[in-house]
Amino acid sequence: MKYEVVMGLETHAELNTVSKLFCGCSTKFGSEPNTQACPICLGLPGVLPVMNERAFEHSLKAAIALNCEIGRFASFDRKNYYYPDLPKNYQISQSYFNIGNNGYVDIVVKGKKKRIDIHNVHLEEEAGKLIHPEKSDDDYSLVDFNRAGVPLLEIVTEPDMRSIEEVESYMQILRNILLYIGVSDCKMQEGSLRFEASISLCEKGAKVYGNRVEIKNLNSMKAVLKVLAYEISRQGDLLDKGKEVLMETRLWDEVNAVSRRMRTKEEAHDYRYFPEPDLVPVWIDQKWIDETKKTIPELPVNKRQRFVKEYLISDYDAGVLTEDIFLADYFEACVKLARNSSKELSNWIINDVLRELNERKINIQEFTVTPKMLVELIKEKSTVGNAIAKEVFIEMVNTGKNAQSIINEKNLAQLSDVDELNTITANVIEKNPKAVEDYKRGKKNALAFLIGQTMKMTKGKANPKILTEILKEKITTGPK
Amino acid sequence: MDIGLKEIEYIANLSRIALTDEEKKTFKKQLANILDYIKKLNELDTDTVEPMAYATDLKNVFRKEELTPSLSRQKILNLSPSNVNGFFKVPKVIE
Amino acid sequence: MLLHELTASKVRERITKREVTAQEVVEELLEWINLKEPLIKTYLCLDEDGALSKAKEIDEKLSNGNKVGLLAGVPIAIKDNMCTAGVKTTCASKILENFIPPYDAFVVKRIKDEDAIIIGKTNLDEFAMGSSTENSAFQITRNPWDIDCIPGGSSGGSAAAVSADMAFMALGSDTGGSVRQPASFCGDVGLKPTYGRVSRYGLIAFASSLDQIGPITKDVLDTALLLQVISGHDNFDSTCAALDVPNYISDIDRLDDVLKIGVPREFFGEGLNTEIKSALMDALKIYEANGAKLVDLSLPHCEYAVATYYIIATAEASSNLARYDGVRYGHRSRLSSDSNIVDMYSQTRAEGFGNEVKRRILLGNYALSTGYYEAYYLKASKVRNLIKNDFEDAFKKVDCIICPTCPTPAFKIGERVTEPLEMYLSDIYTIPANLAGIPGISIPCGFTSAGLPIGMQILGKYFDERKLLKMAKLFENETDFHLKRPKLNQQV
Repeated sequence: MKYEVVMGLETHAELNTVSKLFCGCSTKFGSEPNTQACPICLGLPGVLPVMNERAFEHSLKAAIALNCEIGRFASFDRKNYYYPDLPKNYQISQSYFNIGNNGYVDIVVKGKKKRIDIHNVHLEEEAGKLIHPEKSDDDYSLVDFNRAGVPLLEIVTEPDMRSIEEVESYMQILRNILLYIGVSDCKMQEGSLRFEASISLCEKGAKVYGNRVEIKNLNSMKAVLKVLAYEISRQGDLLDKGKEVLMETRLWDEVNAVSRRMRTKEEAHDYRYFPEPDLVPVWIDQKWIDETKKTIPELPVNKRQRFVKEYLISDYDAGVLTEDIFLADYFEACVKLARNSSKELSNWIINDVLRELNERKINIQEFTVTPKMLVELIKEKSTVGNAIAKEVFIEMVNTGKNAQSIINEKNLAQLSDVDELNTITANVIEKNPKAVEDYKRGKKNALAFLIGQTMKMTKGKANPKILTEILKEKITTGPK
Repeated sequence: MDIGLKEIEYIANLSRIALTDEEKKTFKKQLANILDYIKKLNELDTDTVEPMAYATDLKNVFRKEELTPSLSRQKILNLSPSNVNGFFKVPKVIE
Repeated sequence: MLLHELTASKVRERITKREVTAQEVVEELLEWINLKEPLIKTYLCLDEDGALSKAKEIDEKLSNGNKVGLLAGVPIAIKDNMCTAGVKTTCASKILENFIPPYDAFVVKRIKDEDAIIIGKTNLDEFAMGSSTENSAFQITRNPWDIDCIPGGSSGGSAAAVSADMAFMALGSDTGGSVRQPASFCGDVGLKPTYGRVSRYGLIAFASSLDQIGPITKDVLDTALLLQVISGHDNFDSTCAALDVPNYISDIDRLDDVLKIGVPREFFGEGLNTEIKSALMDALKIYEANGAKLVDLSLPHCEYAVATYYIIATAEASSNLARYDGVRYGHRSRLSSDSNIVDMYSQTRAEGFGNEVKRRILLGNYALSTGYYEAYYLKASKVRNLIKNDFEDAFKKVDCIICPTCPTPAFKIGERVTEPLEMYLSDIYTIPANLAGIPGISIPCGFTSAGLPIGMQILGKYFDERKLLKMAKLFENETDFHLKRPKLNQQV
């Protein structure tokens, strides 16, 4: 690749408040159209906005978690543009005094840490939803204002990303941070987390960036990655041919896997920002910042590093466990109870717990098996064996009962009684003389066959260690 | 202060107001007149003056995060010039 | 005295003492309105049925011995830019010609809670943009003192209604003088409260950082009464102060200290009508005779107020009026609704707005557009601060400021419509108070030789409406200008 790729990202995250930013209408997703609207969020003549306190607190929390500088005050501005989903034809946003400026997010790509600078973090109101009829000859569009006025956090990076992998890592880490601090549910399928990307190409080492292309309304991380890969090759081809890359806004066409120019004329983004006279500034003192800091938990990157160091698990495992703060909490609760089997716990959670969660499409907070129950099961494993333990685990998930009572009820305790095992193995040896002969002649596989036969007869309950010893002894010493 | 026809057309488009040629001419003249008067402000040196963005000294005014009832959909749609199936209907928007 | 000639306080007293029923008051008033309305054209909408049924409700309350509100049975006119649930609210604009709000403005709710009777919605300059009420899309209101003259604006309908005894009191809104100037032209008392004293919720915005609702009444006591009712905090307006509201009525006749009155040179210079100037001089003498000290004063930046105002007000208006687009409510053009959305917007707004509104939207967008923001909007915001500082400095030396409300008396209909700038300059004395956010009251202080009312303006410190009312009441107690009524009021 002879070009350097320069990318930046704007992220829009709906804040998870129950009511809208400037009125008391519900923010619930998926309701009947225009059932969550009132004079204020419809922009009726004469209405005024009053700021939702929690939305502001969430924004401040995010700005602090993203290492932003917090100014003495934040204020709001009007961004003026016409669009049918924008009730007042201006959006209350921030331009001159954002909640946060000059922050950063540390990302990790191929084990290497890189710092992505955040230009600003600001709070604004969400627009409504525009629906285009399916038939292309229908000459109208439809508007639903349920979403209009939902609080929206915008996080703008500097053009700091140089590879698709960096963009991917940034998106994942940013999403995790927002989830960790509990300000957004980041549900991409509901549009509560969206991206806009900017990308330009220039010769390696060039001092001036190339013409910037912006891509709007990317509703999934996959779409971001796809469109950027597409643009890298499209712009690269243009430059190869000595053509100019136009400065423009493009849309990602998911169906045809191409980006295309936006057809709407935008009068060169003349948004005519000016201070919103219907709101007053919000002054932020050190005490408020300090108190907010206290509510921010250990962030994913730090937690991951600590897990590796403290619990001696792999970086990959630590990554999986820290992807969800509640999963990480679950793991730590288990470790605390079990004291030292952190590696084994991590395996159980990553393999078995996550599998069950995925299958049942639930999250860890809804999981029936508590950390205490899981730790007890793992203790029982030494008496019931691995295979039975896995079986008991499924039963625990299904019934919510603890390991001990399932083992007792189903009589799953391991068969370790030497006398009983003696009788059974004698029986097995008698019935399989060929295998016994084979083993004597040095065929190691034959022993495994005999163990298998014994297991079959005990329905898997035989303690494999004791069983193996008894079999070996019986064969070598011969029948008495 | 002169203001060109192109500028009038640019602002009219920003304002989403269709103007006839006659109106463009009239507004061009009137706006130029008013802007001429406004030029008066340049007599003042304001380099060190803070702008006054708000008419009050109020700060940190919030509402508590709580739900209040929305308007009934029927009431909302009754206000509208055109609606269908619970939606507001507008001429086709091309992206 | 006929019922409709009474002040609001007096008619309330007679109703609550059960000397007359609210129904009788409303019926008599409606009769008078129907007689005079064809000539003066103050109302855009009369709510006769609503008024009568509310009157009966109040009479019932009284006959049951129930407690009634501060405005019990008083018919009030509301400028048609304040939302009234279920009653058309047009802003005198075609774009809202058939708009029926689903909610009440804060002030409307307050006066209803105090048992006032809303008699109708009054005419105004479209979206309150104007100084003569000639910019109404529907009708031209005439000045009851001379029907060839404008009543002032933009609250011209409210001012004319009070002056012609077609309402006992009225609400107006004041962005650059729109309460005080028409009050002065019609011989009424008009008050613009401190910015933030009265909630703007439900007032259809013209310029958000300047708009303030205020009373227009027949005398100072009625202004105090109406201000009492509409003042105070509202959770729906972030810019509305959470301060206690003092009692404006008690002690209104008592002025304890020796007052220092500022007389700003700049407001008595060139351009001031000589009859107005001499009326003001006489008025100042009355204050002096009552122990006040006059202090010569300069407000050096007020000469830039009109220029500043026409940037800030139009910038805010260009954005405030963007919502009238034919999507959710109001007029939508039939011409282009099938083509594309941009044409629909542009046609709708071309058809729905009048020339003055268009002119201001264009100017406002110009002042905010790329490349001009610093030179216009930001510059004006800075000069606004200088004007505010002028007043803050002045109020360190004086208790209040007295000046004319307007440089001329009411002018002839049609006289200034072709020259927007000349029209703008008629607000030269009222605009500074809006820019600074301070309160101001206009009271009658004389008449021109042609018999037109002259208004005197008293400006005060932030939230010091009480002192303004006391000052105004003192003058009223010493004079009888407020008792004079237009000749037309006698022709039955």
